[in-house]
Amino acid sequence: MSLPTEGQMAIESEVLVIGGGLGGLTSALAAAREGADVRLVSYKQSTLRQASGLVDVLGYTPDGDGPLTDPYEAIPSLPAEHPYRKVGVGTVRDAMALFDDAVPTYEGEHTDTNALLPTHGGSIKPTARYPAGASAGLASDTRDTLLVGIEEMVDFDAPHVAAHLDATGVPFDVRGETIRFPGDLRADAKVTRYAKLLDTNSEVAVRGRMVPAREALAQRVNPLLEDEQRVGFPAILGDDNPGAIRDSLSDHLGVDVFEVPMGPPSLPGLRLEDALFSALDEAGASIETGNPVVDFEGEDRIEKVFIEKNGAKIPNSADQYVLATGGFVGKGVESDREGVYEPVFDCHVPHAADRYDWFDGELFGDHEFARYGVATDDDLRPLDASDDSEFENLRAAGSVLGGYDFAAEKSGSGVSIATGYAAGQRAAQEAR
Amino acid sequence: MGPTPHIAVIGGGSTGAGIARDLAMRGLDVTLVEQGNLTHGTTGRMHGLLHSGGRYAVSDQASATECIEENRVLRDIASHCVEMTGGLFVKRPEDSEEYFQKKLSGCEECGIPAEVVSGEEARAMEPHLAKDIDKAISVPDGAIDPFRLVVANAASAQEHGARIETHSKVTDLLVESGEVVGIEVEHDSGPGKRVHGTEGGTEQIRADYVVNATGAWAGRIGDMAGLDIEVRPSKGVMTIMNIRQVDTVINRCRPKGDADIVVPHETTAILGTTDEEVEDPEDYPEEQWEVDMMIDTLSELIPMLDEARTIRSFWGVRPLYEPPDVGSDDPTDITRDFFLLDHDERDDLPGMTSIVGGKFTTYRMMGEQIADHVCGKFGIDADCRTADEPLPGSEDFSVLRDYMDEFGLRSPIGRRSVERLGSRADEVLKTDGPNPTVCECEGVTRAEIQDAIEGSGSDLNAVRIRTRASMGNCQGGFCSHRMASELHSEYDEPVVREAWDELLQERWKGQRHALWGEQLSQAALNYALHATTQNRDQDPADGDPVDFSAFDSGRGQTGGSVDSADVAADGGTNGY
Ligand SMILES: Cc1cc2nc3c(=O)[nH]c(=O)nc-3n(C[C@H](O)[C@H](O)[C@H](O)COP(=O)(O)OP(=O)(O)OC[C@H]3O[C@@H](n4cnc5c(N)ncnc54)[C@H](O)[C@@H]3O)c2cc1C
Ligand SMILES: Cc1cc2nc3c(=O)[nH]c(=O)nc-3n(C[C@H](O)[C@H](O)[C@H](O)COP(=O)(O)OP(=O)(O)OC[C@H]3O[C@@H](n4cnc5c(N)ncnc54)[C@H](O)[C@@H]3O)c2cc1C
Repeated sequence: MSLPTEGQMAIESEVLVIGGGLGGLTSALAAAREGADVRLVSYKQSTLRQASGLVDVLGYTPDGDGPLTDPYEAIPSLPAEHPYRKVGVGTVRDAMALFDDAVPTYEGEHTDTNALLPTHGGSIKPTARYPAGASAGLASDTRDTLLVGIEEMVDFDAPHVAAHLDATGVPFDVRGETIRFPGDLRADAKVTRYAKLLDTNSEVAVRGRMVPAREALAQRVNPLLEDEQRVGFPAILGDDNPGAIRDSLSDHLGVDVFEVPMGPPSLPGLRLEDALFSALDEAGASIETGNPVVDFEGEDRIEKVFIEKNGAKIPNSADQYVLATGGFVGKGVESDREGVYEPVFDCHVPHAADRYDWFDGELFGDHEFARYGVATDDDLRPLDASDDSEFENLRAAGSVLGGYDFAAEKSGSGVSIATGYAAGQRAAQEAR
Repeated sequence: MGPTPHIAVIGGGSTGAGIARDLAMRGLDVTLVEQGNLTHGTTGRMHGLLHSGGRYAVSDQASATECIEENRVLRDIASHCVEMTGGLFVKRPEDSEEYFQKKLSGCEECGIPAEVVSGEEARAMEPHLAKDIDKAISVPDGAIDPFRLVVANAASAQEHGARIETHSKVTDLLVESGEVVGIEVEHDSGPGKRVHGTEGGTEQIRADYVVNATGAWAGRIGDMAGLDIEVRPSKGVMTIMNIRQVDTVINRCRPKGDADIVVPHETTAILGTTDEEVEDPEDYPEEQWEVDMMIDTLSELIPMLDEARTIRSFWGVRPLYEPPDVGSDDPTDITRDFFLLDHDERDDLPGMTSIVGGKFTTYRMMGEQIADHVCGKFGIDADCRTADEPLPGSEDFSVLRDYMDEFGLRSPIGRRSVERLGSRADEVLKTDGPNPTVCECEGVTRAEIQDAIEGSGSDLNAVRIRTRASMGNCQGGFCSHRMASELHSEYDEPVVREAWDELLQERWKGQRHALWGEQLSQAALNYALHATTQNRDQDPADGDPVDFSAFDSGRGQTGGSVDSADVAADGGTNGY
């Protein structure tokens, strides 16, 4: 029995995953599918809200070679501290298979070869998995393309994106047109407002007549369509029913319709987050969001962690723990003028002593900070400054890991999925 | 009367722009040339304090008196560039009482309205002041936007017929028979507005008189004609916070010292500064200890600064000058006054005058004296009108209207646009199309960006300084590509891409000194947005050609007609 001073019985599970981003969700899913009793606790919305929703595995080597056609082929020659090297290429493949199974609305699993997708800035980027909604937009597909922007949406300027895409050498003709969105959304409407209108397909006034929103949108685009065989929109085509919206636009226009992934707030990212939360829910995990893990007890083993909720500290205990709190963006790694640290367990984060060595003077130079995070052994256990494991029952997954620059390599989601999978599976096996 | 004299003014800082406006308003032909953007030099890298004169009320009363006079003038003619925040000289327990009293009487002697307020009263005005502040002197300090002010001066000069050439560097002075007769200029991209990728060229501009208003660079222009102009550049650091911890200018009330002032500026507060002599106005060390000192020392006045987030730091060089016979060792002892060096009188080289030293706050007065001097040369008797005629943007602008309904803008954004634009708000914001916000941090709308593009060509850094777009918390993370897209309605894609890269690089530069805590997290987010989401670090448009056929072309295409010979089949691996 717990001591009276502790006041409260701990909430127990076999595996406790801290963090609800791609790393934590995959980890919890892998552990649950392994048969463990899993609990996931997460504080805020993850970086999927900011991410494009594309699932990159590896687009460029750390030396900048690429775009790589086959991401798996390059993994064995990555530096030894790279998380992919810790888990090995076989695990990366297994992890992607778990992802494909859990998120059927994604495509790309039919091949090992990377796809090139148009970005909302007009460049193209290599990725391994893409939402079904983006699949008609692949840059290796040679069909001529019309991009349609919305006059009041500053994040996607279709004529500019088209001209930029053309400059990348895409094997098709591409043109951009700008329309006024039907209905009267105000100039600063958020993408979710557009999505909602298309989801509900509410009627909007078009020259005094009421027309369902999807049809009204297609009517705006139809006269602009020339010989193009596909039409791309910014990723605003619905939150709940993106497939149905694409289909109905496609019917009205008589050509394929796709979305170009966007910056924050990113609907494809949010849709992916939803899909993973439902998969996890189905797998029977317990999920708590909205409150941070702020403290823990334990020396060599973590005995319990404390979640702060309405000013109280609620103990949670488990046999095995997974740290998936993200990197600098997700707040799993933090810094001040003196140094870089991991705030929950104070795991060692290797970094340069002089903060002016953390970054490069060139915008896209070799930024050390991008590779900062906890270092681990091959079992993904965080290591202290003398290379001993910090805690015997803690593993780390996702962006909280160091040793790779996901932005330069285009490996963000892939590393989170692979390490999440490995950490979750091993935690579950050990908890049995 | 002979033909109108043509005057070449070198330098597009506050001094040069002020001179150009004054001369043009007096009817002279004026060409202003600037090697970078307007405000490229010290003017774009200063603290933004509209001096009341309080800072100089003990040490340099002549400057203090000029400051309060010009402070009043600028509030009037440049109301859309000025925020009258008021200022406090605060005294900590360890600061000298004697100096406090000297400051107070000094202000009175110079005609600067000054009033003693108790520690409690000061904290009631500024709740984040340290609990142990004894008392303070309140003075009419203000915040002033140097970019807006210089652009408005240049616009006014242009309205009066002046030619303004930015990105045009003076590479030589034309000297014939012992007289300066013009300048040789190298245009970065051809005369007129800057357009990336346009071929530049050299131009000889003949002038009846040349004014050298290049501040810290004045010596270099002098060198071109063998003149010795001893400018003593002195650097100072400024550290920008992400919010306004104070709404009043906070000065430390002590004789002189580093890190003794905080100026609220738009959405930020700027900490400053240092005073260290440097050799080269373009190449000097920017050091970590300077940033740390701003935060540590000013936390004694405003404790919350210690934990606060900074968004970037920048340095500027003061164009200090002292006559050769003074010989101060410490740059803080060099006068803040300005000097007019007529090279005919001084060096027997007619045709040119240099103006050195001075302050931003007194730029107009400096312009007036130079214009008087130049007009004197040509026997022109024309009154100076720059103290009376408001700058474009500050005309008849008494009430801030709420533009929300009128222009379909969200309230805080509409308000801020109108504050920035002043009396030009109607002209700029009345557009036919929708006017969405491009930069959310600073509340800058498409119409303002388009207006700035019209004024400055394809240069997004020039658009930035005119509008403040990309100057807020996110430092361009979210809006750089939007600003680039706004250029695209006017310019071709390669030009846009180059301007975009230049903006990104410039935004990165100043953040180096703020990269810890929240701002490092922001930098990591920006990096992910630009490199991961947009792949701008590996943009094939800038690099080697890509073999598209080697990549996944999809599981199969439906609809549309496909030329099957062109279709890549999954790059040959693992077909489905
Ligand atoms: C702007 C951006 C664009 C990206 N684009 C791509 C892309 O195009 N392709 C790609 O493959 N990848 C991309 N990524 C990477 C990818 O989306 C994820 O960021 C990455 O996989 C990291 O996921 P994560 O789960 O490790 O961390 P996060 O997503 O950061 O999740 C961490 C979670 O932990 C929670 N947390 C933190 N501290 C605590 C605590 N103390 N207690 C409880 N919970 C806590 C956070 O609230 C958050 O929910 C992008 C990332 C960013 C930021
Ligand atoms: C740290 C710091 C803080 C300050 N804070 C304040 C303050 O709060 N309030 C205040 O009133 N004053 C302040 N000052 C002083 C003020 O900023 C300067 O006195 C003023 O801006 C100088 O303006 P200028 O036009 O003379 O020089 P500059 O702005 O330097 O203009 C000279 C211009 O000449 C150009 N140039 C140089 N060589 C060439 C060439 N060969 N061809 C073409 N162009 C050329 C340069 O690019 C530059 O733009 C501060 C100064 C510093 C350093």
